[in-house]
Amino acid sequence: MELCPSIKNILLLDSEGKRIAVKYYSDDWPTNSAKEAFERAVFTKTQKTNARTEAEITMFDNYVVVYKFVQDLHFFVTGGEDENEIILATVLQGFFDAVGLLLRGNEDKKEALENLDLILLCLDEIVDGGVILETDANVIAGKVDSHSMDAGAPLSEQTITQALATAREHLTRSLLQ
Amino acid sequence: MAQPLVKKDDDRDDEVDYSPFMGIEKGAVLQEARVFNDPQLDPRRCSQVITKLLYLLNQGETFTKVEATEVFFSVTKLFQSKDIGLRRMVYVMIKELSPSADEVIIVTSSLMKDMTSKTDMYRANAIRVLCRITDGTLLTQIERYLKQAIVDKNPVVASAALVSGIHLLQTNPEIVKRWSNEVQEAVQSRAALVQFHALALLHQESFIPFSENFGIRQNDRLAVNKLVSSLTKGSVRSPLAQCLLIRYTSQVIRESANTQAGDRPFYDFLEGCLRHKAEMVIFEAARAITELNGVTNRELTPAITVLQHFLSSSKPVLRFAAVRTLNKVAMTHPMAVTNCNIDMESLISDQNRSIATLAITTLLKTGNESSVDRLMKQITNFMSDIADEFKIVVVEAIRSLCLKFPLKYKSLMNFLSNILREEGGFDYKKAIVDSIVILIRDIPEAKESGLLHLCEFIEDCEFTYLSAQILHFLGIEGPKTSDPRKYIRYIYNRVHLENATVRAAAVSTLAKFGAMVDTLKPHIFVLLRRCLFDNDDEVRDRATLYLNTLGGDGAVVQTGEDVKEFLFGSLDIPLANLENSLKNYEPSEESFDINYVPKEVKTQPLAEKKAPGKKPTGLGAPPATSLSTVDSYEKLLSSIPEFANFGKLFKSSAPVELTEAETEYAVNVVKHIFDCHVVFQYNCTNTIPEQLLENVTVVVDASEAEEFAEVVSKPLRSLPYDSPGQTFVAFEKPEGIPVVGKFSNMLRFIVKRLIQVLVRPRMME
Repeated sequence: MELCPSIKNILLLDSEGKRIAVKYYSDDWPTNSAKEAFERAVFTKTQKTNARTEAEITMFDNYVVVYKFVQDLHFFVTGGEDENEIILATVLQGFFDAVGLLLRGNEDKKEALENLDLILLCLDEIVDGGVILETDANVIAGKVDSHSMDAGAPLSEQTITQALATAREHLTRSLLQ
Repeated sequence: MAQPLVKKDDDRDDEVDYSPFMGIEKGAVLQEARVFNDPQLDPRRCSQVITKLLYLLNQGETFTKVEATEVFFSVTKLFQSKDIGLRRMVYVMIKELSPSADEVIIVTSSLMKDMTSKTDMYRANAIRVLCRITDGTLLTQIERYLKQAIVDKNPVVASAALVSGIHLLQTNPEIVKRWSNEVQEAVQSRAALVQFHALALLHQESFIPFSENFGIRQNDRLAVNKLVSSLTKGSVRSPLAQCLLIRYTSQVIRESANTQAGDRPFYDFLEGCLRHKAEMVIFEAARAITELNGVTNRELTPAITVLQHFLSSSKPVLRFAAVRTLNKVAMTHPMAVTNCNIDMESLISDQNRSIATLAITTLLKTGNESSVDRLMKQITNFMSDIADEFKIVVVEAIRSLCLKFPLKYKSLMNFLSNILREEGGFDYKKAIVDSIVILIRDIPEAKESGLLHLCEFIEDCEFTYLSAQILHFLGIEGPKTSDPRKYIRYIYNRVHLENATVRAAAVSTLAKFGAMVDTLKPHIFVLLRRCLFDNDDEVRDRATLYLNTLGGDGAVVQTGEDVKEFLFGSLDIPLANLENSLKNYEPSEESFDINYVPKEVKTQPLAEKKAPGKKPTGLGAPPATSLSTVDSYEKLLSSIPEFANFGKLFKSSAPVELTEAETEYAVNVVKHIFDCHVVFQYNCTNTIPEQLLENVTVVVDASEAEEFAEVVSKPLRSLPYDSPGQTFVAFEKPEGIPVVGKFSNMLRFIVKRLIQVLVRPRMME
């Protein structure tokens, strides 16, 4: 009996509908071309709507899709047609806000691609095989952030712990050379 | 106010195409991955390479088996690094690569070490990875740790183990079932999501198939009942867990006996959830109440009040969820939803077109006669704004509305004919035409105007299929009207102006008018004669046929009934049988006789349960030929040689289900009684798409039916998915005296597993 809320996919597309990061949790789209067809369809359907202040929602092909846009990033979460739409919206909000935290407010495609590892980790922390793991954006971002330190970023942008860790790393490396 | 998308600054234009992955190429990245083999690992660099690999995979790039294996082996070397960030990426990478069983062995020990590490993040993620890539044998090895993890103090670890358990139920249910003690403890966890995951796992555990071979499901309903009872009184810590509980409760309510007197069990719990803090819970409860079996208006009221509140929310998701649910309720309880009409009407102008369409169709279901005109005005403005798929929904709702208020047919019919004139695709136009046809059939006063609307439509119709079907329909209904003559002009114009298919249809229609209405015969004959000069064979042939058979050569005489039947009657022989017989006919002195064509279709699937509220059929659906079941049984049995000498069939029982609902193979039996014999007809259905059953027989144990002797068993050679078939067993019985016997039945078959082979077509260069 399948009563557990389940997510079918989470998509992050750019302003032309091209993939930035996507994760599918269902066999409904077995091939990559099926996935791309779905992404094209969902993008076209939602392109002209304004989903920047509030999350928007639409239905097609027996799927419910909730979505939200910021700058040139388009976020989508898909569920089955009988899924509780508000649960889907909660997952969307968690993903959306977590990405916002991780990109430190620079929510655009360039920043997203430069921090793709963070986004992929973020997806990994939200849903596991279709089952919702976490919906609180602070918790999600916290789990991702603690595991990755961007050595390229100037020390001033890092937290104290991260700065210490980076310094330790540099020290170790210089000692080994 | 709509915000602009991306600010098109000049500086930005340069950066628009910039991407850190610009020019990335699989081969180069695979080369870069060699850095994983370095004795001195550079975690930053390795993380970057992994990110590139993940990017490639995410974009749809595929690795060959060799490449994947190489990458996997290199990645495993990264366990030597203690860098937390890198380890995290390694976990993600392993899951993406989906290693095979023999590859998995390489990482097992590293992952098992991580599973018992002091670092919580390692434990949690190692569990997730292991359970994703594991098989049964490995699972038993790590089972002990998983059970510990489920009750771990750290909620992330516990959730990881529980969610992995949920997935493992699909492949290793027997193992996961052994964890129920730990899972039950986790249900009491103070950590919100742990409770949610534990609840999900616990519930799914109770519904594992006992044995797939026998297709028996073992539901531990009592356990679910107990669980729901204890939790509804206790503390549920997260909205998600509360939603789960609502769903389980609904299930329990569905499956408990119908208590006519008194309240439903657990209804109070559902109603209480309507006052929960979290919107997802309120909505889940409201929806659950609306979906209760045989829900009363009194039970519905609190739920609808809450949904009505959502209708005016500023959040589109809430408005959508509410209006979609109310739309469903309106189908069965329109009166309960009328309070929401005012809020619904304001949703017609909602920016979200899905919401607007749902609002309109709901209003069409709940509206009363006086609001129809106002609604129609609002809808007319609305239709131009929405896409075809929404329009079709609205059209069908309008059709239902018209059938509900037949006196309003004029304005509704006008509306339909107006939108028929506008732009639209085939499906949309067909939906409108179907609606008009149904209205014509069901509302006598609407017939004349409806037919005229259709005539006007075919003057300018771009779809041959629709024109032909409408002409056919005109031929049936037109002659019955008070003044059939006025349709002739429209029909005859088609003969001049359209393509061959439509012209042929028009000729047939003209002939129908001529056959049914004697006074029109002279006129029709004149028109048909002109058709003899048409370019197309079919058109000329039809004209010739009709001119020669309608009789009277243009005089006002009656066309014989047998002629009408011949020309326009339906053919009650299946076309496939006719085709076969024609193919088998060898020219000889004996001419082909259509009476020898067998009339029954090969297989006799029993009628499947039709969904409630089946849509009325429009054009193009032939009237269902209803052979009585007795006739079809007789025909079926007499076509089987083994039963040929049993004599006349005395009586057949109704089908008796032999299997529980929802089993993999569904079997019911029909008992046919003859003078000296009994034939058991077992109707079998295979519900497993990947399986083909062959040589299906039923082994009947008649040890408790001494007066009966088995004489013949007729196997069913092949039983594919979703195509019901029959197998028979016949018994001899003493004649004339009443006998009683008990028969045990066992289904025996050979199972063939169907494997789908995907063939990728070669790409053209």
